[in-house]
Amino acid sequence: MNEIALQAVGLVRRIEGAVSHTLVNGIDLAVNKGEFVAITGPSGSGKSSLLYLLGLLDAPTDGEVIICGQPTSKLSEDDRAHVRLTKCGFVFQFHFLLPEFTSLENVLLPMRAEGKMSEKDMQARGLDLLGSLGLQDHAQKRPNQLSGGQRQRVAIARALSNRPEIIVADEPTGALDTSSTEQVFSILREIADQGRTVVVVTHDPALAARADRRLHIVDGKIAQTFEGQKLAPEPTVAAPTDL
Amino acid sequence: MAGNLLVNIAWTHVTTRVRQTLVGMAGVAMGVGFTIMMAGLMEGSQIDFLRQLVDTMPHVTVQDERRAAPVQPADREYGAVQMSNVANVNNRPGIRYPESMMASLRSWLPGDVAPSVRTTAIIDHGGRVGITLIGIDPRLEVRVSKLASQMREGQVSDLQRAPNAVIIGVALADKLAIKTGDTVSLIGGQGTQVSATVVGMFRSGLKRVDEGQIYATLGTAQVMIGQSGIVNELRVRLNNPLIADVIAKRVEGQIGYKSVSWQEANSDLLSSFAVRDFIVLTVMGAMLLTSSFATYNIISTITNEKRQDIAIMKSLGMRETAVRSIFIMEAAIIGLVGMIAGWAIGYALCYGWSQITIYNTLTGTNVPISIYYSPRHYLIAGGISLLCCTGAAFFPARKATRVHPVEIIRGAS
Repeated sequence: MNEIALQAVGLVRRIEGAVSHTLVNGIDLAVNKGEFVAITGPSGSGKSSLLYLLGLLDAPTDGEVIICGQPTSKLSEDDRAHVRLTKCGFVFQFHFLLPEFTSLENVLLPMRAEGKMSEKDMQARGLDLLGSLGLQDHAQKRPNQLSGGQRQRVAIARALSNRPEIIVADEPTGALDTSSTEQVFSILREIADQGRTVVVVTHDPALAARADRRLHIVDGKIAQTFEGQKLAPEPTVAAPTDL
Repeated sequence: MAGNLLVNIAWTHVTTRVRQTLVGMAGVAMGVGFTIMMAGLMEGSQIDFLRQLVDTMPHVTVQDERRAAPVQPADREYGAVQMSNVANVNNRPGIRYPESMMASLRSWLPGDVAPSVRTTAIIDHGGRVGITLIGIDPRLEVRVSKLASQMREGQVSDLQRAPNAVIIGVALADKLAIKTGDTVSLIGGQGTQVSATVVGMFRSGLKRVDEGQIYATLGTAQVMIGQSGIVNELRVRLNNPLIADVIAKRVEGQIGYKSVSWQEANSDLLSSFAVRDFIVLTVMGAMLLTSSFATYNIISTITNEKRQDIAIMKSLGMRETAVRSIFIMEAAIIGLVGMIAGWAIGYALCYGWSQITIYNTLTGTNVPISIYYSPRHYLIAGGISLLCCTGAAFFPARKATRVHPVEIIRGAS
């Protein structure tokens, strides 16, 4: 039986105001350890909102997110931050590297924040990660000295630095050229193959095709699920009514 | 959360914004520097003035009167009595048994005591001037006053050299064109008139003393007052003038006569000092607060520029308080370096002021501006400045770190 790394139960995210929006509308989901899941859907369908809920960046209006068996809905903001620090790694469309720091220092950031390893071990792991992503010669460069693809690879290295169980990526190739996109795809696939859980939001059918499972979101609900060889071209779906 | 990381990020932020950081530090340094200078000037002038004041008068003066009307026999007999026009002192009979009282006081007093006779008179030497005549025992007076060191011509002991000898202030001498050796007329309140020889001159530095006070022997003063053998004042000098209030109370409790400390005698002056202190402290506080506005501005700018960094640090799992502390640390770094620079500026300003001299028309000398150097000034100015800086950073830092990371990440994406 597969071990569940990430689970959502009746997940709802609603924004109250003069006009209420339901971004995520009662999603149930279980992602196995080592599984590569792609979330697709039209703009405004709620796929990024779902990802932020799964990564504990946002809190649900209703429902529960269970990470590695730990329910999170009753955790304080500080405890949620600790779960993010130790169990989740984030990659965004924009690299979000700290501009004053070198590649290596950016990769060391989560490890230093956790503060469990010695400085020597952190440096070794940081260099190791950069090396495995082909950035061994760029460790001392600042983000403005790197190409878009290199920056995104540094961001992936940073996401991996605390050995998280889950990698959450929000359109990680959205701002990259074709060759960089291919590199990032391969890296994410490899991460999943090594036993980590990867959840990716993407518009890119090619990336989605590499996933073990694809969830197609419409109006904040899972409209279709494609698994293994059943992967099919992304269907054309009308824009959600709440946009 | 590893503290080193937060310090590292804070340090990186301030060192990569050199101009902004230097402006902030300069603001703090100027505030601290000028505050130290003002505190040194204010306290220096105050201490200088008080030193002169304390040097020219007894620390405690025992007078031949009582603070309250004596208890009447009816008071003792009945629970409630209404009386009117009860005389407190209708005659100044002098202090009874002054020698035994002085002996008793000397047994415990941390200082010394001497008798004197105080009266008012008019000095006549071509022109007439109202003065306070103080009859002293020259042998004992040197133990209780600085008169000996204030003598510009003659000596205190010269009072015993001639009958009816007097020592007058240099300012009074100038006013009436008196020289040492001249004979002047003294006219007492009872109409007594004696001829006195000026045997010396003193300069205390206080105009009202130098122009309005003269010294004679106890005998001469007793003649002027018309009561031979009387002593109407005991003059006490203490090793530590700051305890005069306590000693005065104890003396009064022991011998019953009204004992006035120099603080009580100058209470109006000291209360005006308190008001002045309050005003100056308010101005200094305002200076330090104003200097912290620069820090507020810088931290506001940095937090605004660093919204993405804040969002990503929070999304990576750094706690809000940790992220906030980064910006407070940045303000503390600016405050700390500004404070140290301010200390140097403050010291330089104080030294510069102390080199300036001002001509004193009374003493006829160039007097340097009094500066009081105290580590307390540096610690208080630095401490308040650091507090203002970190306080100024707290609000923009709190505002910035409360932003939800998803809002920033979505906006940037």
